[in-house]
Formats: sequence, structure tokens, C-alpha cells
Amino acid sequence: MTSISRRAILKGSAAGVLAGLLPSISLAQDAAAKSMSIIAFPEPPTLFIGLDQNGSTQTVAGKIYESLLTWDFDFTPLPGLATAWEMSEDGLVYTFHLAQNAKWHDGTPFTADDVVFTCSDFLMEVHPRARAIFAHCDKIEAVDAHTVRFTLKQPFGPFLMGFEMSTAPMIPAHLYKGTDFRTNPNNNTPVGTGPFKLAEWARGQYIRLEKNPDYHGEGEPHLDELTFLILPDAGARAIALEQGDVQQGQFFDIELFDVGRLAELPHLELISKGYEYYAPVARIEFNTRVAPFDDKRFRQAVCYALDKQLFTDAIFFGMGEPATGPISKRTRFYDSNVTLYDQDTAKAEALLDEMGLAAGDDGVRTTVKFMRLPWGETWARFAEMVQQQLAVVGIRVEIEPSDPASWTQRYANWDFQMTSNYPYQFGDPALGVSRFFISSNIRQGVAYSNCTGYSNPEVDALFDAGAVAVRDEDRQAAYTKVQQILTEDVPMCWLVEVNFPTLLDRRYKDVVVSAIGVNETYRRAALAA
Amino acid sequence: MNPSLRRFLTDPKAVIGLTILIVTLAAALLAPVLFPRDPWQMVSRPFLPPFQDARYWLGTDMLGRDILAGIAYGAQMSLIVGVASTAAALILGILVGAFAGYNGGWIDDALMRGTEFFQTIPTFVFALLMVAILAPSITSIIIAICVVSWPPVARLVRSEFATLRSREFVKAARVLGESNSRIIFTQILPNTLSPVIAMSSLMVASAILTEAAISFLGLGDPNRMSWGYMIGASRTVIRQAWWMSFFPGLVILLVVLALNLVGETLNDALNPRLSRKGRQ
Repeated sequence: MTSISRRAILKGSAAGVLAGLLPSISLAQDAAAKSMSIIAFPEPPTLFIGLDQNGSTQTVAGKIYESLLTWDFDFTPLPGLATAWEMSEDGLVYTFHLAQNAKWHDGTPFTADDVVFTCSDFLMEVHPRARAIFAHCDKIEAVDAHTVRFTLKQPFGPFLMGFEMSTAPMIPAHLYKGTDFRTNPNNNTPVGTGPFKLAEWARGQYIRLEKNPDYHGEGEPHLDELTFLILPDAGARAIALEQGDVQQGQFFDIELFDVGRLAELPHLELISKGYEYYAPVARIEFNTRVAPFDDKRFRQAVCYALDKQLFTDAIFFGMGEPATGPISKRTRFYDSNVTLYDQDTAKAEALLDEMGLAAGDDGVRTTVKFMRLPWGETWARFAEMVQQQLAVVGIRVEIEPSDPASWTQRYANWDFQMTSNYPYQFGDPALGVSRFFISSNIRQGVAYSNCTGYSNPEVDALFDAGAVAVRDEDRQAAYTKVQQILTEDVPMCWLVEVNFPTLLDRRYKDVVVSAIGVNETYRRAALAA
Repeated sequence: MNPSLRRFLTDPKAVIGLTILIVTLAAALLAPVLFPRDPWQMVSRPFLPPFQDARYWLGTDMLGRDILAGIAYGAQMSLIVGVASTAAALILGILVGAFAGYNGGWIDDALMRGTEFFQTIPTFVFALLMVAILAPSITSIIIAICVVSWPPVARLVRSEFATLRSREFVKAARVLGESNSRIIFTQILPNTLSPVIAMSSLMVASAILTEAAISFLGLGDPNRMSWGYMIGASRTVIRQAWWMSFFPGLVILLVVLALNLVGETLNDALNPRLSRKGRQ
């Protein structure tokens, strides 16, 4: 008898513990309501996408705000708030025709004035990444209520890429014009044009979005409600997916070692598409100002010493593929015709010998420092793998621990020898890649600028040519050459093209439909019958 | 043979404890001979289960590193940290305790308030904070553990000094004109050492546990293999690979158990009357 009652108590307390892991949320699910629950991690600081483009902010606010376009997996532009668009022959004039029936969530019609306000006033003031794109504009004007014309000072190849949700989210002019954007009270009550609008935000627990009945897409959206659960604990996130409390997890929500296990569950599907716009390449950045990294042969030796396949399999649990260069093959203008660094320790040792770095009695040629990226276990293992593989060719690596603040500080101020990183590419070399290599972007104190100190006038010229060329063939030619030079000079060692995993409940369809995947509007997402 | 030593060596608990400690010490000393390759080196395929490959019979971890080699090199780290931090804490604690207890008065008050100040801070959190501030390395871990573990020593030594300083042999020494420092170090201190020695073995055990916990949380010296690091790093894959965290955990358990056994029997051996009274 005692054992039975004890078991009952244990069961009861276990259920209590599990229930405690999930925010107490009354899921008022009547049978007809089609809803979907999604992990939001970490909790977005705000839903006003104009001021904050953190990862989870994009995932939630991407359903509320829209831009003029979105992008197919192969970077073909797709309609968003613009239903049609054209570019002049010389690449200087872009004209957009806007959806006639689009309305803001407060009922005000969406017009060309909103676009002009957003691109010429709002973004220029608060959004550095958008500013870099719209600074190319000479004139932004409303031709009529539903037509906007952008006139550029000189051609800019990736201009259209700027009309992505997180880069140029449309902001309501009638609420923001003439106000202080950062303190505008509407920042707390997001008003967008998207298929969903904010219904309820219980801080620390969940964000509930409900269907926008006046959405401009015919018959869209198909879902009635989206709930974003705030689950700060990795274990709780995995359990929530496993038990069906949430239907979707994305980016690094689920720890990589858990992804394989969850993907095998019958109700979940693993999707690696939908991250093309981000397509990060995990890499080692060398500080080319300090010895021995100032010698190209040393950097090449490091590249030859590392086994990219093993990094992919052991560090990223197969979520990715070996990288060949600065541009991911999932984004535009990739070229595989470059110097390849398949692991070859003999070549690495030959290069080190040539430099005169002879091995001492202990087999050590030289000692270098690796500043460990402070973003969790994956990057700690990454550093250890670098350490063990370089030891084989006689390079002793001392790992320097760091916390996020000190990492950013030291990285931005060039106070490192080598470190790892995996920045987003934003779909185009001119937006996400050139910033790390052009010499005009060597800016001390600015993280994610050209922190390696690499400077090559030819590379500068080619990146310029690639950005201003109008025809894709011309852009490809410039970027192919750039990739060849960079893989020869290796200011960085590109290791793994990381695939983020999306784990999705199999009952939902048309969820991941574009290159921004889970940050998309979900206007087409539906519950399969 | 010294009767205390005989009592100690004939106690089976001490024999078990000492055996484990000697094996651990041997592993630490012989690690570079037994495992000439760096313990961070990949030796075989990752996730190799134990007892399958005779060369790596505790298996490999997620980066293909030999678990057994890791445990041997981890013994170095644990013993160095355990012994060094305890030695430092003993020196500091004895100095503070001796001066406070011997002098009494305001010096005693001042030193004891300082000691209490350290005792009010939760030790592990304090140690963790210090390692984080000093930047993780073996030296900073030793300093941090020393700083959090000297106060009990100081209090123990102080109370011994406070009772011994008015005994006849101390008064005699004073009459003979011995200097204060000579009295402290050659007259009183030797008489306070028994409880301190017994305590120090437990301090080594707790230092090893603290170091393991610091490394488990990822604040260990990133260039030195340690048991806590091994458990911390493989905790994430525990569902797929139990052995990666099990064996280092077992070793920590055994070594800490051994130190406790040794500490307890030392206490019994050095204070036979006290211990027997306690048992009855």
C-alpha cells in the first residue's frame, strides 16, 4: 500500500514540476480556431521592429510588420506590400506598385507616403543597416497614392534586397511622422500591416497574436492565432516540442545535440531551408596585424591543419556543411572555383617549415592565443577542436576565455590573435560579406567591421565593382575574383556553413516558404486538414 | 613506531583511503608517461563507448578524446588545486588565527570581525565570482578557493591559541624571555596542529569539489583537463553518452570519499581520547 501511495505522490509531484516548466496559459482552444504555438527565445525586448532587430523580435514582429518584398529560397523577389516593381535599364530608378487594399492595424490605409516616410526619414535615423542601403538614394518620391519611385545616385546591385522585413519594415507615417521615434508611445502597441496583430503580451510568459481580418492578402491568413511561448530554459523548450505544447522551434532554440533526437519523433519534421538570408559561415578570424598571423603562409597552414568535415559533424552535429570561402553556397554569387583547403597536415607543416618555424624538443613550433566565443557549449567545443587539430602540426593554442562584453570589446579593438564568429550574410555579398574585408571598414571600436585588418586595394575595388554593377553576370565576375583572392590570402579560415534547424509539427504546411523562413509573415501558413 | 601513526595505519578506513589517494597521485604523476599524447588530442572516433576498444577502454568523448587520459590528467589539476589552495589557506588561516588568539584584545576583535566578514559570504558563489573577475586560470582558481577556505582554519587556530596561551609552559617560555614570535611558532603552534591536520584533509576534499564545480560551470582553466570540465562538457550529451560524465564523476566521488576517510581516521588517531569519548 505504501508503495502505491508513494508512487501516486511522485507522479503528482512530477506532473507539477513539468507543468511548472510551461507558462500557465489558458489555451482557450475551441475546435474551430486554428492556432499555432511557437517558441520565442529569448523574450523580445520590444515588438517594434523599427528599433530592434534581435533574432526573436524578428520572429514575432515579422508577423505584424511587412516590407515591400520578400525573397524566395533562391533570392527571387516575391511580392509583399508591393505587388509589382520595375527597375530602369541603367539600374538607377526603381518603381514599386503597392497593394491597393492594404491597411494599418488601426484601419488607416497604407499608402506611398508611408513608404517615403519610412525610407527617407525613419530608417535613416534609427537603422544603421538600412541607412547604408538607402543612403544610395538621391530621391524617394510618391508618384501617386500607390506608386513609389526611388532614384539612386549610382547603381547599387543589392538595392532590392533592402526591402526585406527586418531591413525596411514599413512604419505608419500617421503615427510617427514628426515625433521622437525612440520614445513614441506607439512603440508599445505595434501597428503594422501584417496578417497578425498583437492581442496580448503577458511579459515573461507568452505573446499572443490574432488574425488581422482586414489583411490585404486574399483569404489570408489561414491561421486564427499565433502564440509565442517564452521558454528561457533549453530543457523546457525541448520538452515542450516533444510533448506538442509548441509546434515550432527555430534557430538555436533547441540545442544542437537535441535536434537529432527530436527530429526522429513522428510528429516533428526537421527543416533546414528558410535560413538562406542569414546563411552564416562559422569561421576563425585572424588578426592580420600580429605575428605570426601577419604571414599569409601561417594562415594557410592553419587552414590546411583543420578538418572541416569533423567540425561539421562533431561540433555542429551535422547541421551544416564544410565551407569553402567567405560566401555561403546558399546565398548569391557563391563560386566553388577557389583555393580549397582540404585537411592536409603535410602541406601545413611544409608551410610552417618554410616560414622557419621549426619544432622544439616538445614538438611545439609556436604558441598562439584563441579568444573563445562566449556563446555557449558549441563554441567552447569549437575552440577545443581548433586547439587539438593545430597541436598536430606543432601550433600550441592557448584558449582565452571571455564573457560577451569582454569578447565584443576585445574583438572591436583588435585585441586578439584569433577568434571564431558566424555573422549573417543578408543574402548578398555587398550587404553581409564585404563589410569584413574592405579597407574602408577598418574601424577600431566597431565590432563586426573589418576587425582582421585585412587590406587589399584589389579586393576593395572588386567589392565596389560588385556592388555597383547592374547585371548579375558582372556582379558574379567581381565576386568570383574576390572569392579567389580571399581564399588565397585567407584573412579568415572558413569552416562550416551552419544550417539552423527548424523543428515543425507535421500538421502545418506552407510555414517555411521564403529565404527568411521563420521570420516570414506566415500569411500562407495553414493547418493541414 | 609512533602510536598515532600505528593507530592510523591499522585502521581499515585509512588503508582504503590511502590506497585510493596513492593511486590518484600515481595517475597524476605518471599521466605524461602513460598517455604521452595531449589529453585534448583526438585519439579515436567521437562517441566511442567504453569497454569496446582495448586502447581506450573508458571510451572517448564528443571530440574523440580519451576519457581515461582525461581522468589521469584531470588528477593533476585536482591534486594541484586541492593541495595548493589548502596549503595557502592553512598558512593564511594559521597566521591570522595565531595572532588573533595569542594577542587577544582589539587585535583579536579586529581579525575575527574580518574573518566573520568572509564567512558571511556564500563560499561557492564568492569563489565563482572571484574566478570570473580574475579570468579563469589555474592560479585564479587556487586563489579563489584559498580565499574562501581560510576562515574556519583561522577560527580553529585562534580558539586553540586562546586556551593555550595562559598555560604554564607558555608562561614559562615567556619568563625565559622568548620572543612572541618564537613562542607562537615553537611553543603553541605545534600543540595546535593535530586538529588542523585532520581538518586540512577535508579542506583538500572540498577544494577538489569546488574546483570541479567551477570547471563544470565552464569557468575552469580552458587549457587544463579537469574532472569538473569533463562532466560539464558532456552533461549536454548525457542521454546519448552516459560514460563521458559517469567516469569522471565516479573518480571525484572516490577521491573525495578517500580524503574524508583519511581525515576522519587522522582525527581519531591524533585525538584518541576525544574520538573515543565521542563514540560512546
